[in-house]
Amino acid sequence: MLRNNKFFFPALLVLLVIILLCAIAFGAVAILPADMFSALQHFFKGQPPANIYEAVFLQLRLPRVLLCAITGAILAVSGVLMQGLFRNPIVEPGLVGTSSGAALGASIVFVLAGQLSPELKSMTGPLLVPVMAFLGALLATYTVYALAKNAKRISIMSLLLIGIAINALCLSGTGFMSYIARDPQARSITFWNLGTFSGASWPQVFILMAVALVIFIAVQRYSKELNALLLGEEEASYLGVDTNKMKRRVMLLNTGMVSIATAFAGVISFMGLIVPHLLRLLIGSDNKRLLPAAMITGAMLLTLADMCARLLLAPAEVPIGIITSLVGAPVFIILLKKFNVLQQKGGYNA
Amino acid sequence: MLKAENIQYQIGKKQILKDINAVFYPGRVAVILGPNGSGKSSFLKIACGETNDFTGTVFYDNSNSKNLKKDQLAKSRAVMSQQTELNFPLLVSEVVMMGRYPHFAFNPGHRDIAVCEEIMDRMDLQAFKDRNYLTLSGGEKQRVQFARVLAQIWETPASGSRYLFLDEPIASLDIHYQHQFLQTTKMLAAENIVVIAVLHDINLAMHYADDIIFMKEGGIVKKGAPADIITADLIQEVFNIPVKIVGYDGADKPVVVYHYPS
Repeated sequence: MLRNNKFFFPALLVLLVIILLCAIAFGAVAILPADMFSALQHFFKGQPPANIYEAVFLQLRLPRVLLCAITGAILAVSGVLMQGLFRNPIVEPGLVGTSSGAALGASIVFVLAGQLSPELKSMTGPLLVPVMAFLGALLATYTVYALAKNAKRISIMSLLLIGIAINALCLSGTGFMSYIARDPQARSITFWNLGTFSGASWPQVFILMAVALVIFIAVQRYSKELNALLLGEEEASYLGVDTNKMKRRVMLLNTGMVSIATAFAGVISFMGLIVPHLLRLLIGSDNKRLLPAAMITGAMLLTLADMCARLLLAPAEVPIGIITSLVGAPVFIILLKKFNVLQQKGGYNA
Repeated sequence: MLKAENIQYQIGKKQILKDINAVFYPGRVAVILGPNGSGKSSFLKIACGETNDFTGTVFYDNSNSKNLKKDQLAKSRAVMSQQTELNFPLLVSEVVMMGRYPHFAFNPGHRDIAVCEEIMDRMDLQAFKDRNYLTLSGGEKQRVQFARVLAQIWETPASGSRYLFLDEPIASLDIHYQHQFLQTTKMLAAENIVVIAVLHDINLAMHYADDIIFMKEGGIVKKGAPADIITADLIQEVFNIPVKIVGYDGADKPVVVYHYPS
């Protein structure tokens, strides 16, 4: 167990920096450290990039790697939050409708925006997809939340079940959009559902970074209450936690950050599930350590996945969702089997 | 002191509690006995402040429980449930520390750590301290939970009493730990804590309770010190099973013997 090892976090951070640097350096065009350095120098002096390498670094590679890292951190933290809220280790952010709602919003834009009016599409330009995805995610999650609420309490069980129903509903909507779509539109939907960071831009990085910073600091304050909730709702309330208020706030923060991340990058599966599991096996379930660890590990793993996505079939790109699922699923099963979690008494997976 | 006045509680049309009045004093262990569905657990839930959907008033010293804030109440009131569902890997010491959550903001202070150590000593848990909670047996888990509950109200608050509610806490313990549990409870009660427990075992109740409340069908049938109120007729009336009360060699307390229907 590494739970009390004081080198755990420093080591994790060093690893993250190394992976970020590799991800920036490697790609269809390799970027040398000297180019990175001189590009930054030119940038801060207000001069244009001196050559193509510097331009690629500043305008493509750096925003992409940063967006990817922040998204990974958000998805992993969201997994920790959701699993804590639902007191169920099999929960992931997609379960309450966030991803499927975003996918529906995006697919509506892909298929209908151009058909209704070409001007609309050119006017709103690249913003339309993220905005609609964000709205779709919020709407779907809110619907799940509102329907699951009865009288005063928010029952976890009904939240899960209604989440499944709303997910099915959104999926059928997305399916219908693919059905009526023309070929390139249908491909857009498919790609968006597999996630990609190829459209990363600086404004996206700044928005997501600001959101992530604020929300990470906010949820860290809830780590004690989330721990108490692991004992059960009644026990948490005996410990003085206003469980309904806490659940409402954490859900809101969580939905906010996942919606925005999904709106920029598309649906990326498995990150929210596998990172918390991996970390629970390494450092235990105390959310005070788990949340920051998930942040760093999520950033690390998704950056690695994106690097693979760019390099495997270079110069072509594999959608990142394919990588995360392809690697994530077997790793997840191995973790469960190896650590005997499935057989554990009391049911880690109950 | 905890005072319940005219407590009435209903779920839908069913009247669960009919006009309960009772006073509980610090330093005394009060045990509630009664058959299934007699309203014991509902009364406990109302008394401990878990629900406010009832008519009547519960007073903690002089404050109406409906006006007390949860986080404030949690500093002097702890509740032990029959079973706690914790399905995530945590160390035993981490679970015990959860009892101190109402007392610190983000990081536990020296005092919180010292309290947890003292309790783990007292509860024979030092050997388990670094074990994963999920690998413990049912009885061991229950002892850890008791340690957590005790950590919550270990220290005397600046003003007012401390309150400990126990809802059938010993069902999963072996006879040795059942006694140890109730002895610890009794010792704690002596430190000016109001203890209200729901138990099923009449003999354990007679042995450890200072006051017993017999409940049936949402009302109080009889309350008082065990020696004063317990008769074979009363137990038969409440539980609907014929019993005999006997003394045994060298014991100063009687025991209830059941006539099992054959």
